[in-house]
Amino acid sequence: MRNSSPPFQHRHAAHCESGVVANLLSHHGLPISEPMTFGLAAALTFAYLPFIRIQEMPLVAYRKPPRAILNGASRALGVRFRIERFRSPQEGEARLDELLTEGRVVGLQTSVYWLTYFPEDMRFHFNAHNLVAYGSDGDDYLVSDPVIEEPVRCARADLTRARFARGVLAPHGLLYYPELSAAREPSPAMIIRAIRRVARMMIVPLPFVGAGGIRTMGRKIARLDPASPLSARLVGHIVRMQEEIGTGGAGFRFLFAAFLQEASEATQQHQLAEYSNRLMEIGDEWRAFALAAARMVKGRDRFDPPALASLVQHLAQREKSFFKDLRADLARC
Amino acid sequence: MESRDVPQERNVTLGGYHKAVYARDESGRIVPVKSAGWEAEETVTQQAVAIFQVKAKAARLRALAGECSPLEYWMYARRMDLSTLAQNTGIWRWRIRRHFRPAAFARLGDPLLRRYAEALGLSPDALRRVP
Repeated sequence: MRNSSPPFQHRHAAHCESGVVANLLSHHGLPISEPMTFGLAAALTFAYLPFIRIQEMPLVAYRKPPRAILNGASRALGVRFRIERFRSPQEGEARLDELLTEGRVVGLQTSVYWLTYFPEDMRFHFNAHNLVAYGSDGDDYLVSDPVIEEPVRCARADLTRARFARGVLAPHGLLYYPELSAAREPSPAMIIRAIRRVARMMIVPLPFVGAGGIRTMGRKIARLDPASPLSARLVGHIVRMQEEIGTGGAGFRFLFAAFLQEASEATQQHQLAEYSNRLMEIGDEWRAFALAAARMVKGRDRFDPPALASLVQHLAQREKSFFKDLRADLARC
Repeated sequence: MESRDVPQERNVTLGGYHKAVYARDESGRIVPVKSAGWEAEETVTQQAVAIFQVKAKAARLRALAGECSPLEYWMYARRMDLSTLAQNTGIWRWRIRRHFRPAAFARLGDPLLRRYAEALGLSPDALRRVP
C-alpha cells in the first residue's frame, strides 16, 4: 500500500453509478456529493421503449443508460477516467490485483447476480452494477458498494465471476479510476447547462422519451386487460424500475431535487430552490402511484388499470409543465 | 418526502440491509436517509422473484417426470430465461430448446455440458440432476 493515500471513505448512496463516481472523486481530492454528480451528468430522464424487451418486459428507465453518469461527470468536471477492459478473467483479475497493490482505489462494473453479499431477493442478471474495490485481504476483496450501508467483503472467485458475466451490457471486467490532473470544481455555468439539458430532453416532442414517454406508458396501462396475469407483471415491473433499482425514491426525482437544492446555492439562482420543492412534490406523486400499483399487484385493491393510468397521465402533465417552466426560467439567466 | 415519512417497513427482500432514499430533514435539506424498506418495493420484488420460482418449480416436476431435462429447471432456478442463458453460454436458443428434451440432454458431450454448468454456476454433475 502507498502510505501517502488516505483510507477510502465509504459513503452510502442511493444509486450505484453516481455513488461510485462521487466516492471515487471525493477520494481523489475532489469532494463532491452524489446528487451533484448525478445532476452534473444530466442523468435524469424518462424512457419507455416497448420495442426493447428485457425478460419479456419493455425497457422503462428513469435515468440515462449505464456509463452516462461516469462519462457525463467526467466531461463536466474535466476529469479523465482511465478505463480498462479485458479479454480474459485471468488478465482482469491480475490487473485489479496490481492496481490494488499500488494502493489504487478502483471502480468496477459487475453483474448483480453473482455478488454473494447482495440480498438473495435482489440478485438478478443485471450487468451494469458499479462498486469500488479498495483492497484485498487473503482471498477476499474489500468492496465499497455504495448501495450497501457498510463496506463488505467479496470472495475473489465471486467478484471475478461478476466482473466477467456475459450477456446484455456485459462488463468484460471493466475497471476505471480517475486521473485528477485537470479536475475543476463544478462551476455555476456547468450546473446550469446540465439542468438545461435535462429540461430539454424531458419536453422533447417524442412519444418514448421524457414527458411524452410517460404519457405513452400511461396509455399502455389504460389499455391493460385486468384479467391477464401479464398486466400485473408490467405494472410491477414499472414500480420496480422506479423504486427498487436504487433510485433514491420516486425514480431519481428525489435525487435530482437534492441536486437542484445544492445547485441553487452553488449558482446563487435562488429560484432553483423553488423548483427543488416542486420536484419533491412530483416525486411524492410518483410514490403514490407506486403504492397504488403495488396494492393492486398484491391483490389488496381491485386491479384497475384506468385508475393507475390517470395517475400516470397526471404525472406526465406535471413533469411537462415543470420542465417547461424550469427551461424558460433558466433562459433568463 | 420528509425524512420522518421515509418508510421503515423491514422488507424481507432487503435481507436486513437498509437502502438510501433522499428526503427532506428538519432543517429543510434533502439528504440520504436510511430506509428499512417499503411495502410497495417488497411486493414488486417478490413478484419478480416469484415469476422464476413458479417456472422453476414446474420445470422441476416435469424433469422428475421425465418430460424435460434438468437444464430447464436450472435455468429458471438461476433466474435466467432462454435469451439470458443463450447470451451467457453463446449457444443458440433453438439448440438450447433442443437440450430441454431429456433424450437430447442425455447425449450432450462434456464440452457443452461444461459450458452450461459454468454459466449456471454449477458442477457438470449437479447439472445432470434436479434437487
